[in-house]
Amino acid sequence: MDFIAVIRDGFLAMIGPVTAAYAVSAVSLNLQFGYTGLLNFGQVAFMMVGAYGTAITVEAGGSLWLGIPVGILTAVLLGLLLGLPTLRLRADYLAITTIALAEALRLIVRSSWAEPLTNGVFGIQGFADAFFDLNPFPGGAVYGVGTWTVTGRSLWMMIVSWTVVLLVVLLIRRLIKSPWGRVMRAIREDEDAARSLGKNVFGYKLQSLMIGGAIGAVSGILLAIEQQNVTPDAYLPRLTFILYVIVILGGAGTILGPVIGALVFQFVFFGFDSLMASAQANIDWVGDILSPAEAGQVKLILVGVGLMLLMIFRPQGMMGDLNESLIDDH
Amino acid sequence: MTIDPNALADVAAVPGVAKPDPIVTIDGLERSFGGVHAVNVDHLEIQRGTITSLIGPNGAGKTTLFNLISGFDEPDNGEWDLDGGGLVGISAYQVARRGMVRTFQLTKSLARLTVMENMHVADQTNPGETLRGALFGGWRKAEDEATEKATALLERFGLTHMADEFAGSLSGGQRKLLEVARALMVDPDVIMLDEPMAGVNPALTQSLLHHITGLREDGMTVIFIEHDMDVVQEISDWVVVLAEGSVIAEGPPASIGSNEIVIDAYLGRTHREEEE
Repeated sequence: MDFIAVIRDGFLAMIGPVTAAYAVSAVSLNLQFGYTGLLNFGQVAFMMVGAYGTAITVEAGGSLWLGIPVGILTAVLLGLLLGLPTLRLRADYLAITTIALAEALRLIVRSSWAEPLTNGVFGIQGFADAFFDLNPFPGGAVYGVGTWTVTGRSLWMMIVSWTVVLLVVLLIRRLIKSPWGRVMRAIREDEDAARSLGKNVFGYKLQSLMIGGAIGAVSGILLAIEQQNVTPDAYLPRLTFILYVIVILGGAGTILGPVIGALVFQFVFFGFDSLMASAQANIDWVGDILSPAEAGQVKLILVGVGLMLLMIFRPQGMMGDLNESLIDDH
Repeated sequence: MTIDPNALADVAAVPGVAKPDPIVTIDGLERSFGGVHAVNVDHLEIQRGTITSLIGPNGAGKTTLFNLISGFDEPDNGEWDLDGGGLVGISAYQVARRGMVRTFQLTKSLARLTVMENMHVADQTNPGETLRGALFGGWRKAEDEATEKATALLERFGLTHMADEFAGSLSGGQRKLLEVARALMVDPDVIMLDEPMAGVNPALTQSLLHHITGLREDGMTVIFIEHDMDVVQEISDWVVVLAEGSVIAEGPPASIGSNEIVIDAYLGRTHREEEE
């Protein structure tokens, strides 16, 4: 058993661009769920729309730099279309509508009917060359010490995506620390009270959904660029729930919680993955019980157990304030 | 604004009577839930600058009437206005902005906001509440002014020491006080209190009563729902009695206690026959 290697695998996944993309998406989900109290169970739809908006624009002959704003604006539009009919209803309706919409959109994107635009189940590849052309680090070179290394391509992707994380966190921080953010939190606490104090609750919720949608799209675009690939089945509902785990793990309703949550989640997830793979290969009795494929699945169980323990011993999340979480709603 | 304390002296105590200077006028307001006529008010005027109590047995439609005129519920028929401005089809938040603010029977403190933040949310003038203002700043001055106003109000309601605590950590009575103080941040002309004394200990009831009469002295019109007849007799200028959704009586408090229609509504029509 090489525990150093386990830590390394967890660490490299933790600082990677996928973690950054998750962090961005978790920040936007936190604006909606943690600060406005909106149950958006279709976050993955905003990520998909952003990614496809970008990829399709490039396929159609546009540049990537046009594709990115197209992807973001499409997600904003999705937020608007989704919010108009549902935000006046009770919170659970939004939850049901968003999860259904996310799945419906994915099925439409992968259908043969949409194939001329989306290329169906095969998706669209190689649309982000313009991004990697800007990479100042030679792609073949490796950076790091010993076996703790990343490729030049990864390094470039990491720098850009973590910069995006920083910008998004600063944006949300500015919004939440403003009177606008205070109204959002008031709506989370009691929307009738906010209404009785002259606040246009519907308008604020719509803004939260649209801004969150835009940031969700940015996250989807980062993931798509990193993989140079969009396929419909990358946008399963499971991703939305992983993002909820991240938000709750880090602390819903905190500025840095979603980022910390993403870092910890990825470290634990890939650390466990490496640990189980190593144990399966090196420890006889583990190898006897589990096949390599089964060992890979154990990490999901452990993540579930970890989340349960967290809910029991630290319900406010890692960054949350215990006093705040102990206050009952009424 | 000059308020004549005796303005209602010559007004007849009959349902739907016209007042000399009404600030709220309700006409033909109807709301049914299924087959039940929850509210069915032909005509009702609320005199400016008075404390008007809304009383009636359980299920009389008092809270439903509040919900309708504050925009939290939509009537099947009818119209009503605030100071001459029609309120039909106006949403709840706009009603508040026009100067009619309500509180709730079950106190709605914003639990995980501090007391001071609760007060700030009720401010109507902060440019930082728009997305543009939040992004580009320039709201500090309005924020400071609101803080000043809120500090004075909290002082008045004895909540200064709690300003930085979460509203959720207040006692039930303190939450009632906060709700009234918060409503005042809106600078309302009309303040509607839904059972402000419910669940409040007797000592605090006296202090709340004092605050409510204080609102009238500040020129506000107070409409409040109350069950305790002693409280109603003590502070109201005018009493409106609802039963089964309709106004069955209105008049000065002294005229209500002895009104047979009102006694019937509370105790049932058969009680007198039994006594006889």
